[in-house]
Amino acid sequence: MTTFEQIEKKARTKRTALSTVTYILLVLWAIIVLFPFYWMVLTSVKSYSAYNSEYIPKLYTLAPTLQNYRDAFTAVPLAKYFTNTLIFTLATTGIMLVVTVLAAYAFARLKFKGKNLLFTLFLALMMIPNELVIITNFVTITDWNLRNTFLGLILPSVTSVFYIYLLKENFEQVPEELYKAAKIDGTSDLKYLWKVMIPICQPTIVTVVILKVIECWNSYVWPRLITDDAAYFLVSNGIQEIRENGFGRENIPAMMAAVVVISVPLIILFLIFHKKIMAGVSRGGTKGS
Amino acid sequence: MKIRLTHLTKEFPNKNKKAGGFVTAVNDFDFTIPDGKLIGLLGPSGCGKSTLLNMICGLEPPTSGRIFFGEDDVTELPPENRGVGMVFQSYALYPHLTVLQNILFPLENLKGKERLSKDVMNAKAEEAARLVQIDQLMDRKPGELSGGQQQRVAIARALVKRPRVLLLDEPLSNLDARLRLQTREEIRRIQKETGITTVFVTHDQEEAMSISDEIVVMSAGVLQQTGMPQEVYDDPINLFVAMFLGTPAINVFSGQIRDCALYIGEERLLETPGIPDQEVTVGIRPEGFVLDADGPFSMEMDRVEVMGRDTTLICRHPKFRGDTVRAIVPSDTVVKRDSGTVRLTLKPAKVHLFRPDTGERVRY
Amino acid sequence: MGKASVKPWLYLLPALVFLSIFMVYPLFDVLVYSVEEGYNSASQTFFGVGLYNYAYVLRDPYFLQALKNTFILVIITVPLSTGIALLISLGLHSIPKFKELFQTIFFLPYVTNTLAVGLVFMILFKKTPYSDGFINLLINFFGGQSVDFIEGPYWAKIFVMSFYTVWVVLPFKILILTSALASVDPVLYKAAKVDGASRGRIFRRITLPMISPMIFYLVITGFIGAFKAYADEVAIFGTNLNAAGMNTIVGFVYDMLYGDSGGYPSYASAAALILFMIVLTITVINLLVSRRTSVNV
Repeated sequence: MTTFEQIEKKARTKRTALSTVTYILLVLWAIIVLFPFYWMVLTSVKSYSAYNSEYIPKLYTLAPTLQNYRDAFTAVPLAKYFTNTLIFTLATTGIMLVVTVLAAYAFARLKFKGKNLLFTLFLALMMIPNELVIITNFVTITDWNLRNTFLGLILPSVTSVFYIYLLKENFEQVPEELYKAAKIDGTSDLKYLWKVMIPICQPTIVTVVILKVIECWNSYVWPRLITDDAAYFLVSNGIQEIRENGFGRENIPAMMAAVVVISVPLIILFLIFHKKIMAGVSRGGTKGS
Repeated sequence: MKIRLTHLTKEFPNKNKKAGGFVTAVNDFDFTIPDGKLIGLLGPSGCGKSTLLNMICGLEPPTSGRIFFGEDDVTELPPENRGVGMVFQSYALYPHLTVLQNILFPLENLKGKERLSKDVMNAKAEEAARLVQIDQLMDRKPGELSGGQQQRVAIARALVKRPRVLLLDEPLSNLDARLRLQTREEIRRIQKETGITTVFVTHDQEEAMSISDEIVVMSAGVLQQTGMPQEVYDDPINLFVAMFLGTPAINVFSGQIRDCALYIGEERLLETPGIPDQEVTVGIRPEGFVLDADGPFSMEMDRVEVMGRDTTLICRHPKFRGDTVRAIVPSDTVVKRDSGTVRLTLKPAKVHLFRPDTGERVRY
Repeated sequence: MGKASVKPWLYLLPALVFLSIFMVYPLFDVLVYSVEEGYNSASQTFFGVGLYNYAYVLRDPYFLQALKNTFILVIITVPLSTGIALLISLGLHSIPKFKELFQTIFFLPYVTNTLAVGLVFMILFKKTPYSDGFINLLINFFGGQSVDFIEGPYWAKIFVMSFYTVWVVLPFKILILTSALASVDPVLYKAAKVDGASRGRIFRRITLPMISPMIFYLVITGFIGAFKAYADEVAIFGTNLNAAGMNTIVGFVYDMLYGDSGGYPSYASAAALILFMIVLTITVINLLVSRRTSVNV
């Protein structure tokens, strides 16, 4: 009897200790994750003189100011970077959606010669890293005189074999009876796609959109190669430009204000849709380039 | 090993946090499971029978009450120290391990003095596999086995440590009808051969009745009735038990006792001497009807279902609670199909009376 | 040709056009580039000169530095991030409260702009004449000497780079591993408990084998991702990675293509193909190892 109690007591102590350690570990990592965000907001509301007079950085400020945000929008074309990125993200995501949905539908539902062979070739393309093809694309876009244009920014990123694959798999799960029934009712293929397939497969489409928007908003390499005119910079390039030639090298509070401004849209989007976004990313597999 | 449960109670915090309070899954359960018997724990889904099983095996601590195995109080003991084997509804076979590795798993967990040598472990696994007749499949993975074979592996794994108590949680519900029949006989055979006290949880009354030495009927966390299957069927303690046991289910009518006789509507059906006048709920087993042109009971016949072995008359009656009355008569009975009204007599042993308010049995 | 057989191709047309121009053609073109000596004077290809591009790249000290940096980054961050992610996911899986809150916080870095947050890391780690920065404050607090992590010693720069990389890749790994853990049927744990398995044994014999496909998946994609590191380094050390001595292979490719040292697509192509070979080899090794391990389990 006592031994039973001892066993039970020992196990309970062990459990408590373990869960305490677990919480400490989790809180520790949460601090590491959140601290940079706190620091960036904190610095962005410190005044330039206050920041530079702190040899030992302070973890708080008693005199918050919005001056840095004013500077961020006036001293550098932050608003321009912002709208550029918005245009780029919306256009790329929109066009990509049309292109991939149409292709996925063809692979999933339509019958044509050489479908399997073509799809295998598509799959093979998934293994090609972006770094290999970007060299030629850079030359191509340059040859077409599309440097420093939205077209040049957008065109190479409007297809994704991976998303075609993802959508095709999902489209195929829609029962074929629905397609036959729609055919009997005289529904056209395009109408069927629009009225039946897309609504049913909405979760996957949302996933694709989320992944693509995040990828576009954060894209850096291609825009850097293809734009050297600040009028076409996206936020990533803008921030790099601000860092290297912006407010004068040492106006860190203003820089942080800019960083806050370009980080906020995705964070707000995330806080609203965090369940959908996390579900989407874990379904969608890989992190976009 | 005798299992004794005393005042066993389990409360869960209410899932609906606003409502607050507790949901009582098992309420003051008092029962002794005799040594070496197979007990069928029977009740509708959500009646607390799985919770009860989890408490017996140690996966969930009771809120109050005690559990004894033999004379040992095991209430506080973790499952591995209780000497129980359990077969789960979904079998819970480890999908990445072979059949042999699955069966060996409990043995490999033994520590210290109890630890066995590799040879002894293999021999024991072999023996358990032979008992359930899967010794040909030792190198397969669970995914490569049929449902019935997986079931046997699960039983072998539960038996390999020679548990004092074997617990089966709805073990047949994932099998198809034919296999279910075969496997339940198999479970009965294994239990007889090993003599291990076994608790078998099911919501299927036919399953429980067919193999159990004793059945325990549960509803809403409360023990309703225990006894040999036929006893419980023939002599239900209340309306719930009467309705829960038997397919097709017992036919329930509203009736009265007047002048020491049972009436349904205006028809006087049975003499019930010594019972005061009152409203009653009348349960008549489907096999309790006899076709009789002079019988006291009349119903509107809808149609006849011929089952081969016997014949079911589907009838209507204004006092019936539900849609259609089912009366089963031997197939050699001549049924006049054209007539709308049938007359019947009742077998008194198949007619049970209950109080309309509490559902308690009214004996006559 | 009937109408029916044309239609599918119409649906496929946009994808086919874009893929041909921006994926298939470049794929062959990059091979051609990598064996051509000059870019402006087209088709001067002949064998001897062809391999010169590779030889040049492999002798270029900047490339060798980039190769070294990339390998160090891969060797440090892939095991470290996978291990930490596993620990955190196990922690998340075991706690009853605040699970969703923690999950949401941990995922935050995934949706933030790498370049932007990298700048914050740079400021936290940087030592300037005006301030030693926050991290050095911590180091001093524990009795250490201030270090310039951004323009100081090599190991310090490697540390920041690895730390930031782990910070950036962890959300994805935690997410994948938590959903892998959640997909293990809880009844298996119950069964193992009844079978008398200890906590450690349940982890080794059940949890780990059940989630091992996802761990291998993360290791493979982790290798591929880490070999392609570039933007994170720019975020911390600035655009001129060669000057900082912190360039990566991908950074070398872009530098060869464009910018102050650019204009050499042939060298860039050769470097990109070398990278592709390395990644391919490591992926194949990974796949072989994962297959052998899963057979043995």
